[in-house]
Amino acid sequence: MKAEDIRAKLEKNVPSAKIKVVRDSLLVENPADLHNVVLALKSDSDLRLDYLSSLTASDFVDYLETVYHLYSIDKRIGPVVLRVRVKRDNPKIPSLVAIYRGAEFQEREAYDTYGITYEGHPDLRRIFMWEGFEGFPMRKDYEQEDSETLDKDDIEWLDRNGVKVPDEMRQKALNPPAPAEDKPATPPAS
Amino acid sequence: MGLTQNATVVDDGLKSELSKKGIVVTTMNELYNWGRRSSIWPMQFGLACCAIEMIATACARYDIARFGAELFRASPRQSDLMIVAGTVTKKMTPQVVRLYNQMAEPKYLITMGACSIAGGPFIDGYNVLRGIDRFIPVDVHLPGCPPRPEALLYGLMELQKKIDSQVIEKTEWYQKGLTREFPIPELGPRGLVPKFNPEVWQPREVDHRKERYGQPIVIRRKAKAPDLDAAPAPPRPAAAKPQPTQPPKPTV
Ligand code: SF4
Repeated sequence: MKAEDIRAKLEKNVPSAKIKVVRDSLLVENPADLHNVVLALKSDSDLRLDYLSSLTASDFVDYLETVYHLYSIDKRIGPVVLRVRVKRDNPKIPSLVAIYRGAEFQEREAYDTYGITYEGHPDLRRIFMWEGFEGFPMRKDYEQEDSETLDKDDIEWLDRNGVKVPDEMRQKALNPPAPAEDKPATPPAS
Repeated sequence: MGLTQNATVVDDGLKSELSKKGIVVTTMNELYNWGRRSSIWPMQFGLACCAIEMIATACARYDIARFGAELFRASPRQSDLMIVAGTVTKKMTPQVVRLYNQMAEPKYLITMGACSIAGGPFIDGYNVLRGIDRFIPVDVHLPGCPPRPEALLYGLMELQKKIDSQVIEKTEWYQKGLTREFPIPELGPRGLVPKFNPEVWQPREVDHRKERYGQPIVIRRKAKAPDLDAAPAPPRPAAAKPQPTQPPKPTV
């Protein structure tokens, strides 16, 4: 079934939801409608999208996005792709765990790496990175640490554990050079 | 005829002559090393895809038992060799260092694969340690992605050579005051604290990667994303399925 047909169907079943076709996928414009849309797709007698095969996130700089791939095992339909876009500064999307149990870990993963909050998730915490990790490493503005030079924390830790630190490294860590101009790196030619 | 300094060393020619007559001449040192190198028990643990090759090496086709190293021990207390087979993530590093600390002397370590040597394909990742040699000393580096089982066997043979070359009285684990406990790094807010142990590893003076690729490792923010709402790019030649609405035009 084409995305356009599904959109027409949803327009009939969930009239309140605004849906746009982006390429081959359905963009649910208001995240609050997501629950109703997914429930309608799941219970529709022609579609019966009973399987959430993947839930991922991506960062489009202006917004964050979650992408859902739905299949029907019964009707052999799929994938039906849903997209939800949220603002970077307050990314909140309703959780699908109540509808698809398999969403639990995938939502935790998307939360861990992109910092999208899935509201209603029973246990939303980091899954890959450890507790106490700061930031969301898959976001485009995440800056990795420089793993070739020691920082102040490292020096303190090494001193506490009785490891000898060369003077040069100690100097560098305690008087770090001024950070370079914070220009975005030129993206590689695609 | 006074004793020369090397009187206890029998030269190889004489040794082989004697062995033909059924007389074995050896030294304590050789016997000891022969025993050690012929029964290297590796520790049973793998971290990623390289572990699969390690498993293949242990199976019948490559048969690591030919080198006396088939007893993969489930406990670090019983093993002589740690094969770090696979990607060492930052989250896994404390455990790997702790296991190494728990092994009894003499202990050896083989890093198997590009990942455990230097981060491999994931060197730019936020989550992968750029080489386990940042925290613990390595005896044999075994490059490859993954190294074939033959390569692991070769690495094992190199390790056997190393063991053979050690002299009992001089080996470090019989010296007084040896502590080979390496501090176990902690998980910090941005990665491991510390990033490396300067007593074990220090950054290279020349960054060969930088020299070769002409740019530092990209750690700064990237800020460009495709615009999905724009007209879709023309499909690549390897597009999955032809669309039914666009049948191929018949050529006239
Ligand atoms: S070196 Fe290659 S094969 Fe080995 S763990 Fe890394 S990615 Fe996998």
